[in-house]
Amino acid sequence: MADITNQSLNEIIENVKTKKISSRELTKAYIKNIENAKKLNAFVTTTFDQALENAKQFDNKPNFDQLLPGIPLAVKDLFCTENTKTTAGSNILNNFIPSYESTVTKNLWGNGSFLLGKLNCDEFAMGSSNETSHYGNVINPVGDQLVPGGSSGGSSSALAADLTPATIGTDTGGSIRQPASFTGTVGLKPTYGLCSRWGIVAFASSLDQAGPMTKTIKDCAIMLESMSGFDEKDSTSINKKKEQYSKNLKDNIKGLKIGIPKEYRVDNMPKEIDELWEKGKNILKDLGAQLIDISLPHTKYALPTYYIVAPAEASSNLARYDGVRYGYRSKQGKDLIEMYEKTRSEGFGDEVKRRILIGTYVLSSGYYDAYYLKAQKVRQLIKKDFDDSFKKIDAILTPSTPSSAFKIGEKTNDPVSMYLNDIFTVPVNLAGLPALSLPAGVDKKGYPLGLQLIGKALDEQKILNIGYAFEKNCGFKNEIKKWWS
Amino acid sequence: MSLDKEKIKHVAKLARISVDEAKVNSLTKDLNSIFKFIEQLNELNTDKVEPLTSILNQSLRSRKDEISDGKIREKILKNSPKENEEFFVVPKVVE
Repeated sequence: MADITNQSLNEIIENVKTKKISSRELTKAYIKNIENAKKLNAFVTTTFDQALENAKQFDNKPNFDQLLPGIPLAVKDLFCTENTKTTAGSNILNNFIPSYESTVTKNLWGNGSFLLGKLNCDEFAMGSSNETSHYGNVINPVGDQLVPGGSSGGSSSALAADLTPATIGTDTGGSIRQPASFTGTVGLKPTYGLCSRWGIVAFASSLDQAGPMTKTIKDCAIMLESMSGFDEKDSTSINKKKEQYSKNLKDNIKGLKIGIPKEYRVDNMPKEIDELWEKGKNILKDLGAQLIDISLPHTKYALPTYYIVAPAEASSNLARYDGVRYGYRSKQGKDLIEMYEKTRSEGFGDEVKRRILIGTYVLSSGYYDAYYLKAQKVRQLIKKDFDDSFKKIDAILTPSTPSSAFKIGEKTNDPVSMYLNDIFTVPVNLAGLPALSLPAGVDKKGYPLGLQLIGKALDEQKILNIGYAFEKNCGFKNEIKKWWS
Repeated sequence: MSLDKEKIKHVAKLARISVDEAKVNSLTKDLNSIFKFIEQLNELNTDKVEPLTSILNQSLRSRKDEISDGKIREKILKNSPKENEEFFVVPKVVE
């Protein structure tokens, strides 16, 4: 049959179930696409032989009742995969081969899918453009020299370029939603605790959350259902009944109350972002939703809070990379301390080192109260803003990012300007809420732009439903020319 | 407040990261601009605010103190940069 790799995951699943295509044919089609897309540099590792073997096994004994029957999937290289190298985009893990599988990927494989390869990302997920990866820049299929966003940049690029039917990323401050917005795709950061963090290379443990990146809302629901669930091995995993997000997807949003926070209209925001937001509001209003002006007064303090909390947790989490038990070890260093220092200096890139130093400083004796404790208090205020608002609304609509995709190198010399990319996404992580980035339009250069729907804790179904209704009425189509092959 | 080069070298020492002398200047500049940005928080009075230590409404679960796996020494040593029989090997610590 004709190339089906440009179809949605849901359509592909239907084609596999009705035997229009075998898992092996499907896998071969993606392998061909990946081999023709080396310019995008989306993959760190490919597992083609194993994938073809898995596909063969599926075809020999198919189980079409599974959520992801015979579906090959590439995943962000932050998820530990048993016997497959896992780098987290870092030199310090350039030779790390886990002897265990992350819970989230295990859940995906348990639903009938298998691994196609590991996707490039910012080093330890610290970055907004994929330029901090030790394994080189990833190119956005939307245009040569454009960043795919970050940190899940390999994931967004591979998805938009038809190199995987769906994928997963992780989101600590926007790392799923911002790259989704930059590539015209759907990205969901679930409620903190919905997806297990076990086996995911840790960045900031109170903020990290894995989530799906897909072409459509339906696909997003299928993936979320497949990957989420209680896990004993994650002490912050939420123990609740599993939801059937895809089966329960509804496009009737009549009467829902959508909050519009005035603080998200920031200074110097491009007119196009404002217009996109207006367009989004009108679509929801036409579908019968009620728009309500709200205020989240501490929004402007979210990023400064994040840049204390996240580096503090990172400096602690990344203390384990010492060249002793796994990972890279420097050849230099006369004694143990010098070996640690050289290993970490050679193994980590500049952005990771910066954040470890910030984190070490804000936690150090004499500064803890002024920085870390202060940030925890402001985090409380940010969470309270959301709690208060959600007493009178069902969801919040905002832009996903303050701009469309930018050029490689455009923001690398100024860390703060890079950090500002996450201005609309970070508050959600601090409050532990679910949020969805939806493709909603393009700017005058033709680059995609996204809108963000924020929900109450564990209200994924509702924001997926709003997204589903929005998608049907928005008329956005991702027109990507395959210039790279 | 501003971070000077000596302070940064001290923090790097705490973090066990050796920093090239040549890079200290640019690092000082970057970290100072980040801290200037962070210090916006000082505009807020938070005297009466409780710090947020967990965003979950549940407390951490405890489990029975019993062995649930083990006998995986080989797996654990498999990724070590240097090992000798059943030990990780590091540069000499005691003379």
